[in-house]
Amino acid sequence: MIDKIAACVSEALQGVTDGATVMIGGFGTAGIPNELVEGLIGQGARDLTIVNNNAGNGDHGLAALLKTGRVRKIICSFPRQADSHVFDALYRAGKIELELVPQGNLSERIRAAGAGIGAFFTPTGYGTELAKGKETRDIGGRPYVLEYPIHADLALIKAECGDRWGNLTYRKAARNFGPTMAMAARRTIASVHEIVPLGALDPENVVTPGIFVSKIVKVERVATRAGGFRQAA
Amino acid sequence: MSYPRRTKEQLAQRVARDIHDGACVNLGIGMPTLVANHLPDGIEVILHSENGILGMGPAPAPGQEDYDLINAGKQPVTLLPGGAFFHHTDSFAMMRGGHLDICVLGAFQVSATGDLANWHTGEKDAIPAVGGAMDLAVGAKQTWVMMDLLTKNGQSKVVSRCTYPLTGIGCVKRIYSDLATLECTAQGLKLVDKVDGLAHAELEQLVGLPIAP
Repeated sequence: MIDKIAACVSEALQGVTDGATVMIGGFGTAGIPNELVEGLIGQGARDLTIVNNNAGNGDHGLAALLKTGRVRKIICSFPRQADSHVFDALYRAGKIELELVPQGNLSERIRAAGAGIGAFFTPTGYGTELAKGKETRDIGGRPYVLEYPIHADLALIKAECGDRWGNLTYRKAARNFGPTMAMAARRTIASVHEIVPLGALDPENVVTPGIFVSKIVKVERVATRAGGFRQAA
Repeated sequence: MSYPRRTKEQLAQRVARDIHDGACVNLGIGMPTLVANHLPDGIEVILHSENGILGMGPAPAPGQEDYDLINAGKQPVTLLPGGAFFHHTDSFAMMRGGHLDICVLGAFQVSATGDLANWHTGEKDAIPAVGGAMDLAVGAKQTWVMMDLLTKNGQSKVVSRCTYPLTGIGCVKRIYSDLATLECTAQGLKLVDKVDGLAHAELEQLVGLPIAP
């Protein structure tokens, strides 16, 4: 019998090793699996490379993980936000390495890892600082930059609803990087707010098929916090 | 000699006037988001947000905010009937694959031939952040820039060659500014329109570059 349901976050997170590359879903605060990130803090793995669109908001979730000093490097597209003070301080102190990637390249490099692509050519970034030193090629009269996949040991994503085969649905724009990251990691753990019996999810509406998911764990629903922008005074 | 500048709202109105019925449009963070408030009545425009939304609607009423439904600036929005959610890779395929008709972006500098600098000032202490700017700049069918023509110190933001780090090369088609609307071409700048009372020669002097009438 296939049963990917973990009893709790710490059970789902067993075996994360030092030096692991960990993808974390989310765009701003939407789709960040905060309970799984807190679990990773508790689990204690160090020397991590984190892949996320941003670099943490406020003092919770990813920002709290950065604060532990266990993240060696972050690969992201938009670290600087109104409330990214934890990252900002670490970066300015030279305590964290940043690989800045245009967001579409980030997403496509993650997809490439999941789809078995060795590398791909894209026009994004051509002639800019972010393509410096990279191989380029003219294809059909247009310049392209060679980009390589981003593989991960672990992906932590937030979904809405799941079943014991690991099939997932999402909620609104909290879907963002979840489905793509789920494909790209050796092991994917999804937090869900609801676990339903096999067959209850409409197969027409499954967004991430269970083949991409290793474990699901139910967490209490809490409203997503605001974050990433300056609140009107 | 004396001429009125377009206010931010008037500038947004000016941009909105050029958006065609049925267009799929991405509005960048900051001033470009104002364009949504000025789309002409009687046309249907589908707004795209890079974080996986087509058919994005206005901000919700106070108290109705849902932070799982936000725009690229992380601010709460709504979804219009007919709208859809999708994951990031599909969203960026829309942006990179030439599926968006128009994107409107802010800028630090634009060159006469359409090079764009809008992601980084290059200052030593500045934390760089690029987001989807490079994808949009080269991926949309048309890239428009919306900005003040001059910096606070009176320097032209339209330049012969960008000194700030580039976002994309030759990608900007039009510049909508508080003083004039300009087209970027391989041959240089071309005038679309300018505010009343601003002489062509004076505009060229402010920009410091020739502008074909």
